[in-house]
Amino acid sequence: MKLRGSQRVIPYLFLAPGMLLFLAWMIYPLLRALQISVYDWKLLPGQVSSFVGVANYEAVFKDPIFWRALRNTLAYAAVTVVGQMILGLTAALLVNQAVRGKTFFRTLYYFPVITSWVIVSLLFKYLFDSSRAGLVNYLLVNVLHIMKTPVGWLASPTAAWAPIMGLGIWKGIGWSMLIFLAALQTVPIELYEVAAIDGANGWQKLWRVTLPLIRATVIFVLVMLVIGGFQAFISIYLITGGGPMQRTEVLLSHMYNQGFKYLKFGYGAALSYVLAAIVVTVSFLQMKFLRRDVEV
Amino acid sequence: MSRNQGGRRLFNRVVLYLALLLGAIIMAGPFLYMVSTAFKGQVYVFEFPPQFIPARPTLENFVKAWTSNNFALYFWNSLRVAVVVMAVVVVLTSMMAYAFARFNFRGKDTLFYLMLAMMMMPAMMLIIPQFVLARNLNLINKLGGLVVVYAASGMAFNTFLLRGFFEGLPRELEEAVLLDGGGYFTIFTRVILPLSTPALATVAIFSFLGSWDEYIWALTVINEAKKRTLPIAIANFQGQHASDWGLVFAASLIAVIPVLVIYVLLQRYFVQGLTSGALKA
Repeated sequence: MKLRGSQRVIPYLFLAPGMLLFLAWMIYPLLRALQISVYDWKLLPGQVSSFVGVANYEAVFKDPIFWRALRNTLAYAAVTVVGQMILGLTAALLVNQAVRGKTFFRTLYYFPVITSWVIVSLLFKYLFDSSRAGLVNYLLVNVLHIMKTPVGWLASPTAAWAPIMGLGIWKGIGWSMLIFLAALQTVPIELYEVAAIDGANGWQKLWRVTLPLIRATVIFVLVMLVIGGFQAFISIYLITGGGPMQRTEVLLSHMYNQGFKYLKFGYGAALSYVLAAIVVTVSFLQMKFLRRDVEV
Repeated sequence: MSRNQGGRRLFNRVVLYLALLLGAIIMAGPFLYMVSTAFKGQVYVFEFPPQFIPARPTLENFVKAWTSNNFALYFWNSLRVAVVVMAVVVVLTSMMAYAFARFNFRGKDTLFYLMLAMMMMPAMMLIIPQFVLARNLNLINKLGGLVVVYAASGMAFNTFLLRGFFEGLPRELEEAVLLDGGGYFTIFTRVILPLSTPALATVAIFSFLGSWDEYIWALTVINEAKKRTLPIAIANFQGQHASDWGLVFAASLIAVIPVLVIYVLLQRYFVQGLTSGALKA
């Protein structure tokens, strides 16, 4: 709408309260983190914070736990993103074909998405209990006979990833499913009919018709899930606490512990900037290489 | 031949529903086991073999969680925070979205891209400076400290979602209001908002649930036991009573039930909100 004279102030009046909140608690902290990251930051008022330049960043790259946390984060992201995409798409294709009970299955599959991370993390910790009475051990040993003895899930740095990654996938399937379901509605049904006349089987229809047509959505889901993968924290914090011996530490748990357990705020802030740089770069690369001519 | 095709169709149908059922077991199984455990007495939590239906169901975990562990208070804290955040987010983001959807003004693109860019950042990277700020403003151990951060972190996404919705509304009514001598505030409250109830409901639900479930920020700024919200109380609880899973899950269920009720009753808004946000993004 065209505004004249004193009316020009109107949009700013609508913006002001929300923007103030956003600038004060998001943008200002973003800049402030940069400042904190170049100081040996002291939290208590009496103590003096000294300027240390890039020392915190240097320390990050020399920190073996940072590299381990980075590797763990990448592994977590890779496994959970692939798992969520494949299972989410499978669920979407199945639900989409259901004549009856479509809403029921959609509702059920989506429910883990909206339950709190705290509750499902504790739930998975209990399901993966190391004793023979843990539900997963019971299923593996006594029902399916895959294992001979119960697995000490949380005692071993390798096995501990099973509940963590399993939870990451299980909780996220519903979200990808819902986005894929919406995209599937946009594929014209005639194309499947044409493909059927040409003798295409279900698998070929999926690869030649469905996936190329929902390509933009696939990329969107991929980018969002990778960003989500980098944000893994609560499940690790509550299931393993980064243990045993910091072997399941991820970037955010490392950052949080450095900041709030050891009160190394400067170092933690530097870590968070390194993390943000990684996330932005990865998202940018994904979009650049995968997007091509498609508009998301 | 037609009988053969019919047989094949039936076979496909059976396979489809078996697969859907398997999925349902995997997705719902953990929750059912949680419910079952919440009704088990302490000695049965690790009984072997595990029982899906408790042999001696009891309500003692619920009674104990609610009465002796202050869960009523934590529930009330969570509810107050979530309701205030919901109201603040709906009002402020709809105002911003209106400005972005209907006006041209200096700095519009800069502000808009600033918000978009923040949506890509991992929210937790701000936790250290936000903590320093909260400390300077004396917001540690205050529920208000939770409200400001929850509301602020909802600004970008919800403004973006509502702007998309507002842009799709027809403009004729708004012009009519102006011709009748009404102002932009009238347009906003009498035209835009009433036409946007589904989108506003989506924003309200997501911001309510977001605050209801939030853990990390609450863990960081709340130390005082009386100010705890449900997620910290539950996690804390598990730390203290490491093996008292019945009690932990009874408390968890108390926290999950409102979510479940909102979800089942207002389902269509979840689908709408997510897909409109996602496909337009």
